[in-house]
Amino acid sequence: MTLLSVRDLSVAIHGRPVLNRVSFDLAPGEVFGLVGESGSGKSMTALALMGLLPHGAEVGGQATLAGTGLIGLPERRMCGLRGREIGLIFQEPMTALNPMKTIGDQVAETLLIHGAASRGEALRVARQRLDRVGLAGERFPLERFPHELSGGQRQRVCIAMAIALRPKLLIADEPTTALDVTTQAQILDLLRGLVAEEGMGLMLITHDLAVVAGLATHVAVMQAGRIVEAGPTETVFRTRADAYTRALFAAAHHVPRRTPRIGSAPMLTVDRALRRYPLARRPFAPPRFFDAVKAVSLRLNKGESLGLVGESGSGKSTLARAVLGLDPLQGGAIRLFGEHPVGPRMPDTLRAGLQAVFQDPYGSFNPRWRVARLVAEPFHLLPAPPADAAERVSAALTDVGLRPEDGERFIHEFSGGQRQRIAIARALITRPEVIVLDEAVSALDVRVRAQILDLLCDLQDRHGLSYLFISHDLSVVRAITDRVLVMQAGEIVEEGPTDRVLDAPEHPYTRDLVAATPKIPPGWMEDDDAA
Amino acid sequence: MRRGTRRRVGLWLGAVLAGTFVTMALLSFVWTPWPYAAMDIAQKLRPPSAAHWLGTDQFGRDVAAQLMVGARTSIAVAIVAVGIGMGAGVPLGLWAAATRGSWIDEVIQRGGDLVFAFPSLVIAILITSVFGPSAVNAILAIGIFNIPVFARVTRGGALSLWTLDYIRAARLAGKRGARISVEHILPNVANLLIVQGTIQFSLGILAEAGLSYVGLGAQPPTPSWGRMLADSQTLMGLAPQLALFPGLAIVLTVLGLNLLGDGLRDLMDPRLRRQA
Repeated sequence: MTLLSVRDLSVAIHGRPVLNRVSFDLAPGEVFGLVGESGSGKSMTALALMGLLPHGAEVGGQATLAGTGLIGLPERRMCGLRGREIGLIFQEPMTALNPMKTIGDQVAETLLIHGAASRGEALRVARQRLDRVGLAGERFPLERFPHELSGGQRQRVCIAMAIALRPKLLIADEPTTALDVTTQAQILDLLRGLVAEEGMGLMLITHDLAVVAGLATHVAVMQAGRIVEAGPTETVFRTRADAYTRALFAAAHHVPRRTPRIGSAPMLTVDRALRRYPLARRPFAPPRFFDAVKAVSLRLNKGESLGLVGESGSGKSTLARAVLGLDPLQGGAIRLFGEHPVGPRMPDTLRAGLQAVFQDPYGSFNPRWRVARLVAEPFHLLPAPPADAAERVSAALTDVGLRPEDGERFIHEFSGGQRQRIAIARALITRPEVIVLDEAVSALDVRVRAQILDLLCDLQDRHGLSYLFISHDLSVVRAITDRVLVMQAGEIVEEGPTDRVLDAPEHPYTRDLVAATPKIPPGWMEDDDAA
Repeated sequence: MRRGTRRRVGLWLGAVLAGTFVTMALLSFVWTPWPYAAMDIAQKLRPPSAAHWLGTDQFGRDVAAQLMVGARTSIAVAIVAVGIGMGAGVPLGLWAAATRGSWIDEVIQRGGDLVFAFPSLVIAILITSVFGPSAVNAILAIGIFNIPVFARVTRGGALSLWTLDYIRAARLAGKRGARISVEHILPNVANLLIVQGTIQFSLGILAEAGLSYVGLGAQPPTPSWGRMLADSQTLMGLAPQLALFPGLAIVLTVLGLNLLGDGLRDLMDPRLRRQA
């Protein structure tokens, strides 16, 4: 018995094709994983099924949900289906809830809109559904507002909203991408339980192969609007018949070739660094403080890659800003090259030796400057711009795999991966010895991420760079770092060689972190592991 | 594609409308159909004709000539008022954003609140009645109230930019607040400022017309659109066109400026430029 049947679904927006003859089936109680890189059409497929495509979209093909044709259904009938027959869970729980309404009202709203219950009845159902998603009544009364909840708890509220009317089909679009790994594991468990108990069909859209491997019974791989390979999850993972699937899977656990030459000279030493924020003062009360970084010490040696992992709020980024000399410390010291203190007032010549690459390839550049000027910006640190500035910009662009002519273009003409290359070129222009990589590959698609990791390792080999690699992604940290520090609530809880820490974690928090990280079952990727 | 073309139409329509009035104002320095202050009581309240294109007023003065010279007053007042507002407001806003959270930011913001707390037209009337009604005093009164408007728009736009990674990158490149404000922040809030500038420009024209309407703006015989409207009020029954032409002039100029502002903003953004 099929719940959802999609046949030759094609979508074009303003004449540009975005989906090309997509076909799949979904049975009740089954999890169907749709994986692919950004722009492959995963989300567009979901929007087409929900009738939420942008203006100017033309849809072809068929989709039937329990016998009802979805394509070309009038908006009024579609409204009757959304929420009642199809539930949707979004990626960003922080913005998916209305901050002005209580969680009880938001869950009850689904029932009220569909006229399925009176207000009192709807609130009673809302209570049941919130209990079901793990927000028990005594700690989470219906009167709570979204801002009183954490990201994972908000995602639970979103799920409660989506299942309020027990829809037959649940569509989850990257439901855990914005969450920490330990929270992600809990949400995935919840989704798995819902599908099994309520007999819903779950369409899980994600870029994360390990998440799909752990949850989906069937999987389809999308590329450029087409499904290139589909089947039972284990079969697809084991056979990888299509060339694109092979490339995608290989990139997902790509390990760059490294020949680390670690010296003994300290490049960056952090000694009992304390970063303290004052909290809002209450009248007549003593001032209160929040310590985002508590007495953290670390040492980065010449040519070394040091990983710093931890979940959001652990203080990683606060530490990164202090290490870069952007924020002052309230205690302890940070030194560059073993002797020079780092801080907001450090001399420019010293700053030239310490550069950074940030996470967001879209927010890292002034959109009004051409690439050559962007890359040359750190020359401001030198007493005078070097005579061969233009050549050095060209050389830096060539170094990161771009062409010197690219300097004449604006940043919006580049893809996310190319932008991250430009960010690396900018970080290299003053020939620094230490580079802080703050979630530098987290926003990239797997294949692009593999290329950037290769590039970083190649540059390290050639220029003898030292990296402080900050990330929440353990697989990336494992691939690129020699030593790793695990940070929790402003403190380093474990430290050691990367393989040792991730294979045999000692601290309970590290153990939780490693256990919560979704993994592809061993044996599914055998021929790749051998290679 | 269609959106791009539509933007272009708005830009051109705005440019043509605003351009017409600027041309009229400039042309009035060298040529008007009649001397704008020449009275001819025998020819009073004539409807539009070949001799007087837009007719004559209650003193037999040529309406077309008065409108042209009136454009001069309106545009001059609006330019200087926006200039005062931007000249002081934008640096203050950038400074407030660069020192966000500090006492400097607080002083700038509360100062703006203080100015906002008074109804602008009432204060303008106060200033002009204390220092005497004149175009210069009207300009100053309108200009001062533009300062906090621009300071707020600039600060608001700048605050969201200060959290972006390219500002962090600029700080890593050793740049200080003032330099980052000029190099990175200002160009990226310019689109907001252009839109706000055109809005304040049209508000300036309206404010000048309002002050002149109550007799506190430009003084006779200097023509002004606002006073032309005021004078026509009592003659509505006899010669409605006397209200129609200055009214239309105000509406079309304000409309043209708003379209022009929107179009310019889109044209200045390299991300939109290619599609347009």
